[in-house]
Amino acid sequence: MIEFETPPTITKQMTMLGAVAEEMIRPVSRYFDDHEHEIPWTYINFMHEAMRATGAGSMAPDGGKKREGAPLGYQRLAFQIEMLSWGDAGLYLCTPGGGLGAAAVEATGTAQQKERFLTRFAGEKPVLACMAMTEPHCGSDTAAIRTRAVRDGDSWILNGEKIFVTAGNKSLIDTPGFVVVWATIDPAAGRAGMRPFVVEANTPGCRVTKLEHKLGIRSSDTASIVLENCRLPFENLLGSPEIETKPEGFRGAMATFDATRPLVSASALGVARAALELVHEHLAQQGIPVRYGLPRSRQTNLEREVIDMEAMHRSAWLMVLKAVWMADERRPNTLEASMSKVRAGDVATRITQRAVELLGPVGYSRKLLLEKWMRDAKINDIFEGTGQINRLVVARRILDYSSKELR
Amino acid sequence: MYGFEPTDEQKMLIGAIQKYAQKDLRGAAHDADEQGRFPHDVLQRGWELGVLQASIPEAYGGYGDRTAVTGALAAEELAWGDVAGALAVMAPGSFALPILLGGTEDQKRRWLPRLVEGDWRPFAAAVTEPSFDFYSGDLRTSARRENGDYVLRGEKCMVPFAETAEAFLVFARFEDRTQAFILPRDVDGLVIGETDPYLGFGALPMRRVRLEEARLPAENRLGGEAGFDPQPVLASANTAAAALGVGIARAAYEYALAYAKDRQAFGVPIAQKQSIAFMLAEMATEIEAARLLAWEAAWQIDAGKDAFKTSALALTCASDMAMTVTDRAVQILGGHGYIREHPVERWMRSGRGVPLLPGLAAV
Repeated sequence: MIEFETPPTITKQMTMLGAVAEEMIRPVSRYFDDHEHEIPWTYINFMHEAMRATGAGSMAPDGGKKREGAPLGYQRLAFQIEMLSWGDAGLYLCTPGGGLGAAAVEATGTAQQKERFLTRFAGEKPVLACMAMTEPHCGSDTAAIRTRAVRDGDSWILNGEKIFVTAGNKSLIDTPGFVVVWATIDPAAGRAGMRPFVVEANTPGCRVTKLEHKLGIRSSDTASIVLENCRLPFENLLGSPEIETKPEGFRGAMATFDATRPLVSASALGVARAALELVHEHLAQQGIPVRYGLPRSRQTNLEREVIDMEAMHRSAWLMVLKAVWMADERRPNTLEASMSKVRAGDVATRITQRAVELLGPVGYSRKLLLEKWMRDAKINDIFEGTGQINRLVVARRILDYSSKELR
Repeated sequence: MYGFEPTDEQKMLIGAIQKYAQKDLRGAAHDADEQGRFPHDVLQRGWELGVLQASIPEAYGGYGDRTAVTGALAAEELAWGDVAGALAVMAPGSFALPILLGGTEDQKRRWLPRLVEGDWRPFAAAVTEPSFDFYSGDLRTSARRENGDYVLRGEKCMVPFAETAEAFLVFARFEDRTQAFILPRDVDGLVIGETDPYLGFGALPMRRVRLEEARLPAENRLGGEAGFDPQPVLASANTAAAALGVGIARAAYEYALAYAKDRQAFGVPIAQKQSIAFMLAEMATEIEAARLLAWEAAWQIDAGKDAFKTSALALTCASDMAMTVTDRAVQILGGHGYIREHPVERWMRSGRGVPLLPGLAAV
């Protein structure tokens, strides 16, 4: 059935989370933008306690628990992430819980591994986890990774360098979390040789070597990680050991992205909503109405711009909801996940950039957060698959082409 | 809850419309566009799909309750076949649905059964006016009260089937509000004017209609003495227009996609070039975006919410999208897109007309 009613349980949660975003996140948003590598412990601890109190445990869908009625895990997550990002997209990325690391465990791990790695998020102290794919010489071309995993008896030994690891420092140094490192067990095999490994905090041979200085999302650390003869237990290879010989690795990476791309889209649209609401506030203060339903010839340019932005934003949000609804329904959603990312990456970038332009010197000023939102929004068209990679994914799906047919 | 899958019943209807759109509308569209009309039997077969009949309650001769979501699904599918054909098949609906939404009990009983029972017959809504800044919320055609009657003055254009319509629903300004009036074809002062040529919708016969002091009894005002609230009707029209725009664009996109997989250049199908593949990916994405907004507007209508704003967003989105997507489809076919042997140039011409569709359709 086609319907668009937000479930009451989510609406209720959004009221609470909206208050957190407004009263807790927004007031410190500028501070953490100005103080790039400071850690927002107040926020992190608060969110950890709040999630423990509600029994949410981690931000993995449904925290591994079965609930009554239709599954809503990914839909709830999308709403939560949208709201936190409306507050501050960088701080949202500091939210304790599994993040991308847990998503990778969720997508590729065995039941036993999920138990072993995911329960930590519900403990006494806040814990983060992250995922490391990009290397100095390759980003979108994930099959070109060189980080090497070699089996040595009951262990794996990892060597290589990972960069641009979102929350890498918070997952390995600031909290006892883990990073899911993608490495190759057979460099000649290309994507078929790719495997995810869990590297826990304090593992000898794993070091954080650099924290980047960025355009936006500055409160979220972006780390370089070096693995030097980093020895892992055999069971830290995600997935059942039998799969080791089959070309499943790359698919696992892609399954992770199917789950997380719509959530990145949700974050992008939270930022875009903040910008859009600010534009509305300023127009309202000046007594400038936005009239809907007029033909082009009767609209002011301002109205046209704002209505365009709203239409872009709403349609992109509906695409996110469709993609997470499919995830909740356990339907394959690669196409919809990437489509939502193409659209959300585009519109969040455009909406925030236009909003800065529309508000002139006020929009350009660092006294408001709008210019920050423009900087924050841009990452969504880059991480978790650039807009171009997602276009490639969409194109292959609709054309029914393999990666060889459409490079 | 959220849901993005049509019901089984809706899927059956879509399947039936898809067959009709493929065989009848696509089959006849090229010649109909050049000749200015579809053969009557094509419209009759479209009518027999029962889209309108299923949205009129039994009390008024139909066999169901209106659901805008089903209407939007049907509109997309029909427009995928041919938008002029879709408008022709749906033309009686743009007369009937405002009556269903805003009419008095007498008006519903008088007009709806004779419209939905039996074969497709021409009934028309007269909304659009021949000025660049035409806006349905601020019409130049006016109505005034005189000795208990209403007297209409003004000029309408793009009135479908004006030549043969049995009755018209004329939208006019009355006391600074948009109101509607039911005009049987024999009313004095109702003058059928010339045929205007348009960029698209060539297969839909449309004429001007002049109202030269056309006098009507009070009971012919839609909603009677109190009139009617035009917002829900406009929301319905915007939603229908957006869904039709999605159908036009999807037709162009699918055609361009098939062409790109077949057409060879530099030793490979052009679809294997990122410049073409990315265009197609963006077209698919934009179509989906516009479709979901149209669905949300339709769902709001069915849920009894105020759908006006969402419907306006859906129309804005679909208007831009339909133009862009159909333009890119022509681009992908290159010179072949520009010639009338392929339908994509027709879809591009239709695509530009989406902002005008609310004057021609309802769900």
